[in-house]
Amino acid sequence: MANVSESMAGTERVGHDAHAHPEFLQHHFDTPTQQFNASKLGMWVFIATEILMFGGLFCAYAIERGLEPQIFDDAHHFLNKIMGASNTVVLLFSSLTAALAVRSAQVGKRNLTSFYLVVTLLCACAFLVIKYFEYSHKFHLGLLPGHCFGHPGLSAAIQDGQEVGTCLHVNAEAAPVTPEWVKAVDESGHVRLLPPRANMFFGLYFVMTGLHGLHVLIGMSILTWVLVKNIRGKFSPAYFTPVDLGALYWHLVDLVWIYLFPLLYLVGKPE
Amino acid sequence: MAAVEFPVAGGHAADGHGDPDANYLQATHGFRSWALTVDHKRIGLMYLTMVSIAFLVGGIFALLVRLELFTRGKTIVDGETYNRFFTLHGAVMVFLFIIPSVPAALGNFFLPIMIGARDVAFPRINLLSFYIYLCGVCILLSSIIMGAVDTGWTFYTPYSLQTSNSVISMTLGVFVLGFSSILTGLNFLVTVHTMRAPGITWTRMPLFVWGMYATSLIQVLATPVLAITLLLLAGERFFGIGIFDPKLGGDPVLFQHFFWFYSHPAVYIMIVPGMAINSELIATFSRRAIFGYFAVAMSSIGLAILGFLVWGHHLFVAGMSEFATMMFSALTFLVAIPSGVKVFNWTATMYKGSIVWASPMLYAMAFIFLFSIGGLTGLFLGTLSVDVHLTDTYFVVAHFHYVMMGGTVIAFLGGLLYWWPKMTGRMHDEKKAKIGFWFVFVGFNTVFIPQFIMGSRGMPRRYYDYLPQFEPFHKASTIGSWILATGLFITAFTLLEALWKGRKAPRNPWGSAGYEWMTDTPPCLANFHSTPVITRGPYDYHLATPEELSTGWDEVEAGAHTKKKD
Repeated sequence: MANVSESMAGTERVGHDAHAHPEFLQHHFDTPTQQFNASKLGMWVFIATEILMFGGLFCAYAIERGLEPQIFDDAHHFLNKIMGASNTVVLLFSSLTAALAVRSAQVGKRNLTSFYLVVTLLCACAFLVIKYFEYSHKFHLGLLPGHCFGHPGLSAAIQDGQEVGTCLHVNAEAAPVTPEWVKAVDESGHVRLLPPRANMFFGLYFVMTGLHGLHVLIGMSILTWVLVKNIRGKFSPAYFTPVDLGALYWHLVDLVWIYLFPLLYLVGKPE
Repeated sequence: MAAVEFPVAGGHAADGHGDPDANYLQATHGFRSWALTVDHKRIGLMYLTMVSIAFLVGGIFALLVRLELFTRGKTIVDGETYNRFFTLHGAVMVFLFIIPSVPAALGNFFLPIMIGARDVAFPRINLLSFYIYLCGVCILLSSIIMGAVDTGWTFYTPYSLQTSNSVISMTLGVFVLGFSSILTGLNFLVTVHTMRAPGITWTRMPLFVWGMYATSLIQVLATPVLAITLLLLAGERFFGIGIFDPKLGGDPVLFQHFFWFYSHPAVYIMIVPGMAINSELIATFSRRAIFGYFAVAMSSIGLAILGFLVWGHHLFVAGMSEFATMMFSALTFLVAIPSGVKVFNWTATMYKGSIVWASPMLYAMAFIFLFSIGGLTGLFLGTLSVDVHLTDTYFVVAHFHYVMMGGTVIAFLGGLLYWWPKMTGRMHDEKKAKIGFWFVFVGFNTVFIPQFIMGSRGMPRRYYDYLPQFEPFHKASTIGSWILATGLFITAFTLLEALWKGRKAPRNPWGSAGYEWMTDTPPCLANFHSTPVITRGPYDYHLATPEELSTGWDEVEAGAHTKKKD
């Protein structure tokens, strides 16, 4: 190394002159700014790919809904708006704390950064717990995608004689009620009949929220990794790129949910 | 994203990164120095090895398909096996070979050098993408053991929902490969934006880099849609989520829309890199600045954008509104504009140039000729009334082989011969390379011209058997496939022979003004001994000094360096 440095002296040699480089700067970048810009652009491009991937699902949603608007309207009453709204608030709040974590990293307040990251992670856990309750209720009712829709024995839990809520399909003579129909109490207490084709709504519901939930988990892993590095003191006002990018990714997770919530839970005719 | 912690003091040779001024092939040694390398040049070579093997495997399937069609009825295998052969030929060639071929192998190697960077922006993600590619290859090929897929490479529903379960392993393999492709594209986009050396402005970027940039845009924006499509297909098979299954309320044509929303742009992932190579070849071997540089650069971007708007032309007969088919047809014709810009500008570059008939230039000429045929027959298919007659016939097969094989593969071979001296430090035998070229060129046309004729007379694609009047065409086509294979083996032999018998390559054997020829042969680990400051464009033959056109830059410095080592 010694004679290599010597031969570099005085010439603009390729950047392996260790003395001039901060610890965090990778060997193939010239300046920390260049490295930061590259990382940030990389994350934005990656977010673009994520949006396009979810875009496919949103497109499928639009088309299926166009094919069967009534089924979407009936089925969406089975989603718990209170839980969905709580999750929206939880995620929005976690985005705020993620942004605050970036700010505190920028000004070098290490402990505060850790605090905000922990709050963000706790919110993410809260989101998943609420999601777990939602999912298990759907499983219980047999509101599952595809072939699993109307799992036998589950709709039997409904007492007979309860008032059947407004459901156009029951009245439509063209669509006779067969044993495959699911009869269940929706979230506003009405007993409702869903035709077998309602599986497509729940197929989309589980794929969209499931893929989003997977992204919550990925975001949590990233933020945990950032938290560990922060506790070890790897960041400074000169270098906080991972905090910035972790938060950026977390905002994507939040943003996707912002669209999922109204599309799945709220769009429908008011009762 | 993540920072590698380099020790503040201490040698890089000690931590396995090697001397930045040493030849990249010799800077470090041993298996680990390759398997864990973050050097874009070594990763490029590893990709090159893998895609070459994939090309061989896909080629063997192609030969088997052609052999089966040599006579009517059964020639070597039964119909079911035949279906598997053409599916594997398509899937291997598209997903394992063509899509990664130019970007991941040649692009990885030359894109950073051409913009004067030391590496791509995310070297470790680059290595990761290679291993993801390997994983994808394994998953995809495991479908062969599980009973092989017989859907064709397009996996159309509803058949792909009913046939054997190995569809899942193949689609998951393609899903994983897509992830690798996204990471390569992401890396290139960021590299081009943030890593250019001083003086390499956007209008001084080599056209190869422009082509890679356009390709990366498509990879990044289209591949995620394929990912979700295949994920839904797998979900459909596992859980029957019902998005593509009409029984469950879904729409099978939606799959075709989703699939082609990726796979049509993917056609440009395949051909734009071929055009990118061709621009380099034409300029170098005509010794002239490329005619209409900016138009050629923008036509790559134009193709990338138009590529997203024309997917519907694969579905003209699948059930779409008349208005939609008209729009897609009109948009499809627009593709001819950027393609025409390129072809005319290449031709104009050669006008009054000092043309050198080296083997890469022969491939460049063949590219213009074959791509023109492939592109123009595309217009036949974009015409609604004609398409109804030609859909799913051998005309389509011949058309896309003229673009994919006659375009991309020919350019890939030309690019390999052109850059082989720089990559390996050895010169190949020009005579053998030219003999190989003529076999490839004649063989290729013998395979596919009869297919145009058969197709226009109604021979459907993918059929196991055919009517007696098509027999001479199928026979000619199969014989052509043998000539083509001979040519490819001669070319492969020429390249490999150069490794142990070739004379040592000089810095700039073709006398090019391109930036990649200005550095050592083979390049040093850091690509350039000092960060280059660029004062002229890559095609400015009138500004390049005679030294640059023979020995490149900093020869003196490199000489001094060698002496110091001695």
